[in-house]
Amino acid sequence: MAAPARGNILIDTEECKGCGLCVESCPPECLELLPELNAYGVHPAHYTGAGCTGCGICFYCCPEPGAITVYRLAPPTKPLVHGDAQDKVQGESHAAAL
Amino acid sequence: MSTNAKNEAQASEIQAAGYEVTHSKSPVFYSVYERKGDLQNQTHYCPGCGHGIAHKLIAEAVEELGLQDRTIFVSPVGCSVFAYYYVDVGNVQLAHGRAPAGATGIKRTRPDSIVISYQGDGDLAAIGTAEIIHAANRGEHITVFFVNNAIYGMTGGQMAPTTLVGQKSTTSPFGRRPINEGFPLHMAELIAQLEAPVYVERVALSDNKNIMKARKAVRKALEIQRDGKGFSFVEILSPCPTIWAKDPVEARKWVAEAMIPNFPLNVFKDRVHEPVQNAVVPHHTVPETLEIGDPRIGTQTDVHLHAGTAGAPGEQSAPVTARTQQHHFDTFGIKVAGFGGQGVLLLGQLLTEMGMREGLEVSWLPSYGPEMRSGSAHCHVCLAKQRIGSPLLSHPDVLVAMNEISLRKFAPHVAAGGLILYNAARLPEDFQLPQARIICIPASEMADKLGSTKATNIVMMGALLEETECLLPATAEGVLETKVKKVALKEINRKALAAGRDFIDHYVRVGAVSQPDGFAY
Ligand SMILES: Cc1ncc(C[n+]2csc(CCOP(=O)(O)OP(=O)(O)O)c2C)c(N)n1
Ligand code: SF4
Ligand code: SF4
Ligand code: SF4
Ligand SMILES: [Mg+2]
Repeated sequence: MAAPARGNILIDTEECKGCGLCVESCPPECLELLPELNAYGVHPAHYTGAGCTGCGICFYCCPEPGAITVYRLAPPTKPLVHGDAQDKVQGESHAAAL
Repeated sequence: MSTNAKNEAQASEIQAAGYEVTHSKSPVFYSVYERKGDLQNQTHYCPGCGHGIAHKLIAEAVEELGLQDRTIFVSPVGCSVFAYYYVDVGNVQLAHGRAPAGATGIKRTRPDSIVISYQGDGDLAAIGTAEIIHAANRGEHITVFFVNNAIYGMTGGQMAPTTLVGQKSTTSPFGRRPINEGFPLHMAELIAQLEAPVYVERVALSDNKNIMKARKAVRKALEIQRDGKGFSFVEILSPCPTIWAKDPVEARKWVAEAMIPNFPLNVFKDRVHEPVQNAVVPHHTVPETLEIGDPRIGTQTDVHLHAGTAGAPGEQSAPVTARTQQHHFDTFGIKVAGFGGQGVLLLGQLLTEMGMREGLEVSWLPSYGPEMRSGSAHCHVCLAKQRIGSPLLSHPDVLVAMNEISLRKFAPHVAAGGLILYNAARLPEDFQLPQARIICIPASEMADKLGSTKATNIVMMGALLEETECLLPATAEGVLETKVKKVALKEINRKALAAGRDFIDHYVRVGAVSQPDGFAY
């Protein structure tokens, strides 16, 4: 089984307006707009469930204060991160963006 | 399951899998927005609007700097007019373009607060140009976040001063032409030209990197205010997908591709490391200043010695007597109202001058029609031990009504338990007022007898001082001595002041106090 992603996100579909900015901004492209509509009649954003690095970019690109919550895998995660070189490089480039 | 419950369940699942929250809604936002029954989770902004991102950056900085309890957020007119529904700090919403003026007042009266003036480009660069330029030029210790979306968003897309050359709007349907509409205003550059501002930067909400730069700038601007350094200004280029008729992703690109080349991103001014020039924010109040040992201060005994005696002409043109401790109020509001020519505004000025001489903070706010001498006129006088936040009195402690029209018009606004001094022998038959005490004084007749109707206001002043003891009669005598030039009038005024005081002493104190239904004598 693949190691769990370093990051995770939760999208509040009651708050999301489906603007798509998070989808456009996510470096590992792990967000999408759902085909179904939410209660407001927009396609809310959705985490595909794999690849989130927890960089937080989607959080800052999203205009809604509480639509996105970003998580990172709690320490100790060192061996896991070291073991995945590619993931690490990506993580650093995101950190720089932050 | 409701969406909320679903979210909570998902959140616990994520945490159970070993994840920790790193970015979430700031507690500087209300958890629920009490604006409309069915829309309490979302802001009112269009999808992809930059205002939301700007709010988030500000909320995060306020949170991280620990300023939530001290922050007062001034919302403008524009799409962000409702910011007070979202940010859980002190909130004030002001008239179009006036946010920097209001922010000035707030900061000066509450120097420990962190005051944010949040404004759009129509608000700040069109109708409010004067306010922002002067607040910046005075180096007010406030922080201005200027959200430039090159358009009037709220009103449906009219041209703003920041609209780009060639950009279409409802009022420039063929694109802005400099020959007709002038060139876009570069506010950050303009503000940076002024002497006082400490920090001026332009940032953009165009992409991840620039949003992160904006985040830093917002934080820095607030740090500058926290550290008492002076005026900070951050211009934020911001997408307005709706009016630009672009989808949110395209709109963000348009910020990068069209706006940034016209409005270059830059730190235009940064004097953070220079010594603070106008650090005393704001200046001490009059009472504070006097307590720091002003040589002109008379002691309290002095005051009593002088009380009741008229100062010799020419002696001590503006004696200052620090008796602040003795004033029985923290703030005292007097409204004087009547007809132009009755000395309404002058009475207010005299009271203000007296307050100053007694070491109080004072304000005088006149209101009169274009007629000057024949319309109705009134003024508001504030006497206070602290800084005065607003010179406008919604509920004065005392109303001096010089005529019946003023009595009827303003009496209902007098504070509960307040006082009305009415210039007439008796109240109008049908007049009723439960909440305030009324004393009728035939001041005009009394002044006539003394030789000049003009002294009516001084008779009222005597009565006011005697009845409320808000200021010393001796101070009044001193002020009249220096303000009134004509010798004949000086004498009449002295008598008028004494007559007003005597009236209260002899007629009112002796048991003939009028009450709601009643008459002074
Ligand atoms: C005194 C006054 N004049 C005009 C208006 C109409 N008005 C409301 S919002 C607005 C412009 C808002 O544009 P901007 O400040 O750029 O804010 P945005 O909506 O773009 O964020 C105008 C002209 C008003 N409310 N009050
Ligand atoms: S935190 Fe970063 S990686 Fe994860 S969804 Fe958001 S943008 Fe993508
Ligand atoms: S950026 Fe925010 S509002 Fe827009 S789609 Fe993503 S979660 Fe929804
Ligand atoms: S009209 Fe423009 S500025 Fe106003 S809320 Fe919509 S996108 Fe934002
Ligand atoms: Mg605008």
